[in-house]
Amino acid sequence: MKDGLLIRSIEHGTVIDHITAGQALSVMRIIGINNGTSAVVSVAMNVPGEEMGLKDIVKIEGRELDSREVDKISLISPDATINIIRDYDVVSKYTVELPSEIRGIVRCRNPNCITNTGEPVASAFTVAKDPVTLRCRYCDHIILSDIAEQLI
Amino acid sequence: MSFSLRHVISMKDFTREDIDEIFELAERLERVASGVPCRLLEDKLLALLFYEPSTRTRLSFDAAMKRLGGASIDLGSVEASSVAKGETLADTIRVVGGYADAIVLRHPSEGAARMASEYSRVPVVNAGDGVGHHPTQTLLDLYTIKRENRLDGISVALVGDLRYGRTVHSLAYALALYGARIYLVSPPQLRMPEHIKSDLLESNIVVEETSRLEDVFESVNVLYMTRIQRERFAEPSEYLAVAGSYRLTSEMLSGVRDDLIIMHPLPRVGEIDSSVDETPYARYFKQSFYGVPVRMALLVKLLEGRDLV
Ligand SMILES: Nc1ncnc2c1ncn2[C@@H]1O[C@H](COP(=O)(O)OP(=O)(O)OP(=O)(O)O)[C@@H](O)[C@H]1O
Ligand SMILES: [Mg+2]
Ligand SMILES: [Zn+2]
Repeated sequence: MKDGLLIRSIEHGTVIDHITAGQALSVMRIIGINNGTSAVVSVAMNVPGEEMGLKDIVKIEGRELDSREVDKISLISPDATINIIRDYDVVSKYTVELPSEIRGIVRCRNPNCITNTGEPVASAFTVAKDPVTLRCRYCDHIILSDIAEQLI
Repeated sequence: MSFSLRHVISMKDFTREDIDEIFELAERLERVASGVPCRLLEDKLLALLFYEPSTRTRLSFDAAMKRLGGASIDLGSVEASSVAKGETLADTIRVVGGYADAIVLRHPSEGAARMASEYSRVPVVNAGDGVGHHPTQTLLDLYTIKRENRLDGISVALVGDLRYGRTVHSLAYALALYGARIYLVSPPQLRMPEHIKSDLLESNIVVEETSRLEDVFESVNVLYMTRIQRERFAEPSEYLAVAGSYRLTSEMLSGVRDDLIIMHPLPRVGEIDSSVDETPYARYFKQSFYGVPVRMALLVKLLEGRDLV
C-alpha cells in the first residue's frame, strides 16, 4: 500500500517515517505539536510497513527538526527515518541514531537522585541498545520502559 | 601501572591494579596508623563535608589525615552552615575547594559525589551518597579480607539488608573483580536490587541467593553481617522475626570452615552476639582499624603528585 494515499502530501517539511507503532503521539509531543500548533500535521498510526509489522508516520508542513528532537525520537523509536521534503520531494533521508550518551533530555526516575534535587547539573545517561536502556550517570538507576514519560 | 583516579566516587571506577596499589601502600602505612610519626601530608588540608551524621567514617578520615601529618577542617553540622540557607552542593563544593586540598563528602542524595567531582578543582572522596556508593568502606572491607584471609577465589556471604545497605552493594562489585563466589543472604523484602545482581552476573561470577543463614555456614570463608533496620518494616512483629533469624551467636559456628572470618561494618545492634567476639573468627574490630591505613593510602595517592601540576 502507498502511504501517500492515506494522508495528504506536503510541500516543504518533514516526514518522520517508520516510527515504532504506537509512538506517534509521543513523537508529536517531542516536536512540540499540541492543540496550539497551527502547522499542517498528518498522523497515521498502525500502518502496515513495507517489510514487517506496523508503523506510525508523522508529517509536518513547514518544519525541520533539531538534533535534540531527533535524539529524543531515537530513544522511543530507534528505527525512525527522517525525510526532509522540499517541493514535494524527499531531498534527504536519514535514520535516527541512538546516541551513546544523553544529557539534559531525560529525567531520572529516582526521586533521590542528585539530578532531581535542584542542583544546577543536567541529567545524564549512558544509552544501550536492544532494547533501549538508559543508566543514570549519577545514581545508576536504569530506565527501560516508558522512556517517553521521562522526556524533559 | 600507576594509580589513575583523580577522585574516589564509585568502586566501579577502580581497576584491580588501582586497588592492589592502594593496598600495598596501606600495608606500609599500618605502622603509621598505629602511631609511628609521619609527615607525608604535612601542609595538606582535608575538608570534611558531612551532610548526614556519621561518627566513624568522619573520625577515621580525620585520624588518617592527622596521622599523616596533615590537618582537616570540618563543615560542622548542616544546620549551622550555609546549606541550611539553601546553597546548592555545586556552590558549596566550589567554595570549599578553594580552602582545602581535597574534600571528603557524605550526602543524602544518590550521585552527589559524582556531581561534586564535576564541580571540584580538588579531589573528591565519596564517603557515602544516599543508598548509592561508599567506596572507602568497600576498600577497607576488601583490605580486611586480603589481610585476614585472601582475595582470590574466595566465598563470601553478604548477610542482612542487601536492598538498602550501600556497603554491601559496592562490596559485591569489588568482590566480582576478584572472581569471588557470592552468597546473598537476606529476607525476601530486603533482597539485592536487580540491577546490581545483573551487573554481577555479567561479570561472570557465581551468585547464589537464599533467605536462610544456615544454608551458607559450611561453604563460606567470609561472613559479612549487616544491620537490619527497624524502619524497613511496616510491622514491628515482622521486624522482630526477621532480625531474630539473622542473629549470629557462637553456638551457630560449630560447623564452619577453619579460616572463616566474620565481618561487620559496625555499629552492630544485635546482629552479632557478644559471645562471637571471643571466637577465633571475629574480625570486625580489626576491620574498623583497617579503615585508617586504607584511607591514608587513598589520601596519599590523591594528594601526592598534585604539587607537580
Ligand atoms: N511530498 C510528500 N508529502 C507527504 N509525504 C511524503 C512526501 N514525499 C514522500 N513522503 C513520504 O515520506 C516517506 C519517505 O518517502 P520515500 O519516497 O523515500 O519512500 P520509501 O522509498 O518507502 O522510503 P523508505 O525506504 O524510507 O521507506 C514515505 O512515507 C512517503 O510516503
Ligand atoms: Mg517506505
Ligand atoms: Zn539518577
